[in-house]
This record gives sequence, C-alpha cells and structure tokens, in this order.
Amino acid sequence: MSESKVIVVGAGVAGLAAAFELVERGLKVEVVDRGSALGDGGCSWMAGGMLAPWCERASTDASVAELGAASISWWMSNFIGTVQSGSLVVAASRDLPELTHFAERTERYEWIDGDRINALEPDLAGRFRKAFYFPDEAHLDPRRALPALADLLKYRGVQVRFGVDFHPAQERGTQIVDCRGLASRDVLKDLRGVRGEMLIVRSADITLSRPVRILHPRIPLYIVPRGGGVFMIGATMIESESHAGASVRSTLEMLGAACALHPAFAEAEILEINTGLRPAFTTNLPAIRRIGSRTHFVNGLFRHGFLLAPAMAKQVADAVLHQIQGTSDAGLRKRRSKGH
Amino acid sequence: MPFYGVDLSSRLLLGTARYPSPAVLGQAIKASGAEVVTVSLRRESGPGRAGQAFWSLVQETGLRVLPNTAGCHTVKEAVTTAHMARELFDTKWIKLEVIRDDDTLQPDIFGLVEAARVLSDEGFEVFPYTTEDLAVADRLVEAGCRVLMPWGAPIGSARGLNNVYGLRTLRAHFPDIPMVVDAGLGVPSHAAAAMELGYDAVLLNTAVAEAGDPVGMAKAFALAVDAGRLAHLARPMEPRDMAVPSTPVFGKAALGD
Repeated sequence: MSESKVIVVGAGVAGLAAAFELVERGLKVEVVDRGSALGDGGCSWMAGGMLAPWCERASTDASVAELGAASISWWMSNFIGTVQSGSLVVAASRDLPELTHFAERTERYEWIDGDRINALEPDLAGRFRKAFYFPDEAHLDPRRALPALADLLKYRGVQVRFGVDFHPAQERGTQIVDCRGLASRDVLKDLRGVRGEMLIVRSADITLSRPVRILHPRIPLYIVPRGGGVFMIGATMIESESHAGASVRSTLEMLGAACALHPAFAEAEILEINTGLRPAFTTNLPAIRRIGSRTHFVNGLFRHGFLLAPAMAKQVADAVLHQIQGTSDAGLRKRRSKGH
Repeated sequence: MPFYGVDLSSRLLLGTARYPSPAVLGQAIKASGAEVVTVSLRRESGPGRAGQAFWSLVQETGLRVLPNTAGCHTVKEAVTTAHMARELFDTKWIKLEVIRDDDTLQPDIFGLVEAARVLSDEGFEVFPYTTEDLAVADRLVEAGCRVLMPWGAPIGSARGLNNVYGLRTLRAHFPDIPMVVDAGLGVPSHAAAAMELGYDAVLLNTAVAEAGDPVGMAKAFALAVDAGRLAHLARPMEPRDMAVPSTPVFGKAALGD
C-alpha cells in the first residue's frame, strides 16, 4: 500500500483536508497548487470560518447541516485555534419577523433575552431584546487554520508545493484528487462561481466572543471575531463571476449593517476589502465525482468550505483507498490468470 | 388578454432570485407552470457581464425571460440596464423598476413614467412596476405602456393586497390593459384574491423562494391563481347584509311532537 501515491491538486481547505484524511489512511500524499503561496487565488482565504451547521440549516439543505455537524470536532482535534463558543443571531426590532422566519427553518438554538445577550456579549448590552443562541457552533480564522493544516501535513511527510501548473497526463499511474474549486470547470462544466465580497476591520472599542449574524430582509450579514480587535465582515452572495473589486454598494451595505450592530464600528479601521468566487453546482450542494479510473473531484462546497471540507475529505479518502485496493486486486487477478 | 401580443396560458410569473439553489429554482418553475420568469440584471451583472453562468441556467429552462431593472434608482440606470437586457436576452420586454426608497423599495413614480416614455419610444415593451395609484397608471399608459404591474404591498413583504379598493378601481379604469399584481404577495390566498379582482396575472418571487419548501409553495400558488381566475370568470356573488338560506325555510317539517 505504501507505494501508492496520491496527488491532491489545490491547497485550499478542501485539498488540505483531503490530504490529511488520505495520510490518515496510510497513503503517500503530495499537494500541488498553482498559486504562489497558501491562500493565493483561492476562495478559502476569504472565508468567514464559521462552523455553523445549524445557522446554515435555515437557508440550505439538511444534508449540509448533517455533513457539517461532524466538522466541529474534526477542527477541534486538528486546529488548536478552533473556538467553540456558539453563535448569536440578532435582528433589529423592526426586522423581528426575520428571526421567526429563521427559527422555523432550523434547530439546536435557544431564544435568549436581553439579560442573556448581555452576559454572552457585554458589548451588545441593551442593543437587542431578543436573539438566538446556537451553543454548539464554533468558528476559526481561515488564515491561521490553513497554515496550521499545511504544517500538520508537512509534519506527517506531505510535501505541499506551490507554483505548480499540474497536468494529469504527466503523472501516469497515480491517483489524483482534484480540489481546484472553480478552476475545475474545465472538466466540471456545471460548476459556476458565486461572488462574495468581504471586509476586514480593526476596532479596539468592541469585543465579541463569537460570530454574530444580523438578519435583514435585504442585507443579511455576519461578523466573525478574529482576535486582537480584528473582525471579518461578510459576505455578499451574488450570481456573478466577476473578479472585479468589491462594489461601493456592497461595501456600504456591509459596513452599514456592522454599524447597526454596534455604532463603534463606524470608527473601526478598514484593513481589507476583498472578493472571491465560491464554486457551486446547480444544487449548491457539494459532490465527489470520479472521472476515469484515477481522478476524484471534490467540489461545489459553495459557501461552506470550512464546514464541509472534513466530511468531504473523509468520503473522498475512502473512495480513493477503495479505488487503489480495487485496482491492485484486479491487477493481481490479471497477473494470476496470465500465470496459469 | 395578450401581453404585447403574446398569449400566455399560465397566469403566474415567477422571479428567479433568492432560491436555495438554481436546482430548486428549476423545480419550482416547473411546479408553478410559469411560462415567464423575471431575471435581475443589475445586481447580478458586474463588469464583463459576469452573471452569465446563472443567466444561462435560466435560459436553459426554455421559458420566456422578462428581464428587470431591479435596484435601479435613476432613469439613466434603468435605461442602460434595459439596453443590456435587450442585448443579452434578445427580447423587447423589460420589467421596469425605478426605486426611490431603499427600505420600502417604493417605486419612484416620476422616474418610472419618464423611463417608461424613453424605453417605449425606443421600441421596448415595458412592464412597469408601479403603485396602485390611478393617476400614475394613466401617465404610464400615456407614456406607451400596454401592461401595468401595480404592487400588492412592498416587495418581499408578504403582506398581500394592502389596498383592495385601489386595485379594484385600477382594474375598473383600465379594462383593456393587461394587469399583473406584482410584489408583496405572501401566501396563495393573496394571489387568489388578486385574480378574483380580475387581474390578468400575478408576479411572485420571495413568497416561493423563501418558503420552507419552494417547490410545494410554487404548486400551491399555481392552484390559487387558477382558482382565483375561475372564480372571477364565474362572476362571484356580492356580499349581503342579511342571511339568505340556501334551502327554503317555509314549509319545513316541524320537529318534535
């Protein structure tokens, strides 16, 4: 078994998680990425890093929550910076119907009142009378989680090479796990990009211990604390594949909503405004597809990269292992029958 | 009543935004029986017309596309968006929205009339998203619109028909103009009520897209639209102040001993 090498193409969260699970199964793994460094050109770098299967359940298929629920413990074991302090969902008083709408579509939350909100997030004291608390959810900083995962892989003997324009034909006989995200549309024609815009700001005036989602009929938004007074604000979802910079409208809307959460965000320093394209299939659900006898694609993680990567990684690693075992068994049978 | 010369058998027009996924959108369209879908260009465009992947999914449904100018705040923006829509979808149809207030998405009726005139003069077939105001409707017809689309309530509010009297008056004043109640419907009974008033069709989006089961809700709306239309054709009775027994009371057998 040890001689079977697997090449993972793409060092985003899907690729690194897949590499980890392949190593776990005793396979020799190499990761290649066409970017110049970790996070270059991929949408994982722009992710919110919320591990929030039950919040996501309100607007997506049950399978996302089921696959995602197991990812919290995966990240807790493999990335020390994973924080399991739940998440909070709030709405302005005039948007309270949004909270009810949200509640009807999910589970594993508690309705909490002003006192409880104050206890959880003192800086939001007096600002909201009602909120949902999802105690089991977690979050992480993707820009620390990806390097940590890459280090873990190096420690386990996996080479992660950048600046590699991979051509499958050059690597005969190896199994390939293709995790290139939207770039895989050269093969997966039904992939599309869904544009997201995000901001990173810094404020010494506000402390949050957990991601906060603000429901709004037009501009739903979340704020994820990254520590050290840094916050990620995201994210728009636009059916567009434009690589252009964030629009003034989206930026105004996101910052306006942040200020509505807490007026002190008005004084925050803007560190970054960025955009990315999430790879999605028409179902907006992830999939593993095998094409030929040696290439598995993991794609369509959409806006759930960090949430779904562990579950997809396990599935694809099992599939690759199965494929390798099947092939070697078949080869063995062939050789045996020839011998007779 | 034909919409700019096009006869439609389904009286339900469906918006394509805010569905859980394009796949669910496709199933909801099928369940609704809609022949016309609206597509927003402004929000989903961006430089390089980068919304192509989504638009081609919509076009693959084979349905008639009614592009809209959602999100436009000025006449100029709306006219530019209409030009882009004509080129992309190869249609003269345009659902014209010029928004004044961002919180209620209330139409800017002055800008709307002006943009309707510009576009009608250029040969567009304009479907204006307007209020139930009679005078504005009159101006829109004067500007060249041959379809009117008054709101039931603000976009996405699910409040139903806020001003039944106004909608009834509008219908009575323009018996020969095809009219669609656009926006604000939340449940199928709202759609049935609009159809009972004699409206030719309803246009929906959020009520279906954000339902727990969009496909089931699309079907429910389709049935309600048919029910309301049939009821209108069957000429409903008028409400009365007094009870009218459905079986004669006179000569009824006496009970007891």
